[in-house]
Amino acid sequence: MKQQVIKVENLSKAYQIGQIGTGTVSRDFERFWATKIRRREDPFLKIGETNDRSTKGTSDIVWSLKDINFEINQGDAVGIIGKNGAGKSTLLKLLSRVTSPTTGEIKVMGRIASLLEVGTGFHPELSGRENIYLNGAILGMRKKEITRKMDEIIDFSGVERYIDTPVKRYSSGMYVRLAFAVAAHLESEILIVDEVLAVGDAEFQKKCLGKMGDISKGEGRTVLFVSHNMAAVKSLCSKGILMENGRIVKNAGVDEVLNVYNSNFQEMESEVSWTTETAPGNATAKVLSVRLVTDDNYFAIEKDAVLEVIYENLIDNHSLNVSVSVFDDKETYILSSPNLSRSPLPKGIYKSTCVLPKDFFNKGKYYFTVLLIGNNFDLIAQLDKVVAADFDEEGTKRGEYFGYWAGAVRPYLKWDNLLLKH
Amino acid sequence: MMMDKNNSEDWDLVIKGHTSLFDLKFNDLWHYRDLLFMFVRRDFVSFYKQTVLGPLWFFIQPIFTTIVFTFVFGNLAGISTDGLPQYLFYLSGITAWNYFSDCLTKTSTVFRDNASIFGKVYFPRLIMPLSIVVSNLVRFGVQLLLLLCMMAYFGIKGENFHVTYGIFFFPILVILMALLGLGAGLIITAMTTKYRDLTFLVSFGVQLLMYGTTVIYPLSAAPPAYKRIIELNPMTGIIEAFRFSFLGKGEFSFWSLGYSAIFTLVVLMLGIVIFNKTEKNFVDTI
Repeated sequence: MKQQVIKVENLSKAYQIGQIGTGTVSRDFERFWATKIRRREDPFLKIGETNDRSTKGTSDIVWSLKDINFEINQGDAVGIIGKNGAGKSTLLKLLSRVTSPTTGEIKVMGRIASLLEVGTGFHPELSGRENIYLNGAILGMRKKEITRKMDEIIDFSGVERYIDTPVKRYSSGMYVRLAFAVAAHLESEILIVDEVLAVGDAEFQKKCLGKMGDISKGEGRTVLFVSHNMAAVKSLCSKGILMENGRIVKNAGVDEVLNVYNSNFQEMESEVSWTTETAPGNATAKVLSVRLVTDDNYFAIEKDAVLEVIYENLIDNHSLNVSVSVFDDKETYILSSPNLSRSPLPKGIYKSTCVLPKDFFNKGKYYFTVLLIGNNFDLIAQLDKVVAADFDEEGTKRGEYFGYWAGAVRPYLKWDNLLLKH
Repeated sequence: MMMDKNNSEDWDLVIKGHTSLFDLKFNDLWHYRDLLFMFVRRDFVSFYKQTVLGPLWFFIQPIFTTIVFTFVFGNLAGISTDGLPQYLFYLSGITAWNYFSDCLTKTSTVFRDNASIFGKVYFPRLIMPLSIVVSNLVRFGVQLLLLLCMMAYFGIKGENFHVTYGIFFFPILVILMALLGLGAGLIITAMTTKYRDLTFLVSFGVQLLMYGTTVIYPLSAAPPAYKRIIELNPMTGIIEAFRFSFLGKGEFSFWSLGYSAIFTLVVLMLGIVIFNKTEKNFVDTI
């Protein structure tokens, strides 16, 4: 039996949403009265309300995490996955002690180093070398430890030539390389990594993944990895934890968890609508419905589909436009396409439509994120993967080939074939 | 062998929502002592990088304030300086007061200024205000040099002042000023994470407080009716003792220094406790 290094018991975290304003003093007093003097439950923490963005709650408190329990053994590489808002980042924040839990506890063996961001505390005026010391110390290293590893860190970062130049002169790629290099050389028993790999070029990402693989497999340290990149999770992690609405849905081997995650997405709908009270948006505009339609509600590669967004403009002279982003089921960001014609609109209810052309998508599932953008390009509503469609294939373009046809999209490019020499 | 761990003593770290008010984690603080000096270095280097005058800026502010004070309070208003050269009188007051007020105002925005770092990585938050106090100490040291130069100049000119035995208490005075500023700053920064209004209070409150301290007038010149009130200000005893040590005029009393010391300790303890309570969750409210 391997040794447990992290044990999480009944962990919950509540957040107050909405405004914190002049009402807070009286509310603080009310809370103090109820919990400290009368020894009752906190009146503002209503039990049982989960964090589901699409339904509007009745209280200002949401439970970002609710009664989480799990254990992690030494040397495990655990991938934490889930949709946006599932509670992954909150869990990482609690584990890295950036904020503290509302109830429950986390027990830890050994040192934790967490990378919620690369290059935390980097100062632009200081040189690369000085920033290695500063960043290393922020991450919990002692000065002599950093000195001992300095050559190794500089070597890994590959920015040796510029190491005594202020980092404000660095390109963003060099900056990230240097920052990750510091983090990769931490001597902690547990390493927590949050999507930092979303930066840097492909070659460096590969290097980072390789280093993280070494850390967990080679050195027997424990790694917790949060990512939307399923391929990275699959190649790096042996175990997975799937989260949804602040709870753990599945905690098992990584393949099993990824399967559950993928099948959960199939339940997504091609049509979502809201009532006026619950519609996402703000006081200037709200999204009333989003739907994907075809002439017979059957999605196929060879047919046009239409994305319809109905929204209400609540103020006059409002330059509104809708933008759509498309993802596939491997979380690849395929494209984004805003409605480029923006002009000031009077109040009213509008419908924006966007044709998703035939002969463009590949067979499989696609997810559509819709943004509503207002004056000064303010983001009024961001509806992540609000609708989805599973494109089928009628097969009219295939000719005699029936095998696997790979690619995130499948447009039919124009080919010509000429005879040059007999 | 199955290892069953249910007792919290078996674990290196237990993270939970409610901890004792007095669990101040001082050994954690000790482990991160290197970080404190990194921050001090960063503050110092970033202060003068890309400036023309560089570290000279440390002198400019006290020199000009002294000139203005000499003109307004010394010449126009004709306030007594206890027989001391006006420049020396004001400069000594300003040097000491600046150290206290810098410690106070800079620590009072610690949470807000560092929200982005604090939101991403854990280290004992107290490191940050402590590093501010230490960086200001460097600045204070440089400004003290200016005071010493001025003293040498006026000494050669034969002005009437002398350094006294009080100088042996100088380190204690500096520590008191640092800790008082730190303690008050900690209380304010902890409260401002929720109630932003306090920020406005600090900027003009510190300015007003200066007039309630014996920076621009000697305690001996204060009207008897107000003298008691001015003595209630814990900074008064410190500044008077500071002036007595360097220039030989002022009221050096162990009673008022003792009062300042007790006041400082209470404010500091309160500050650390409130700060530690706030640091756990402030990321959610700021």
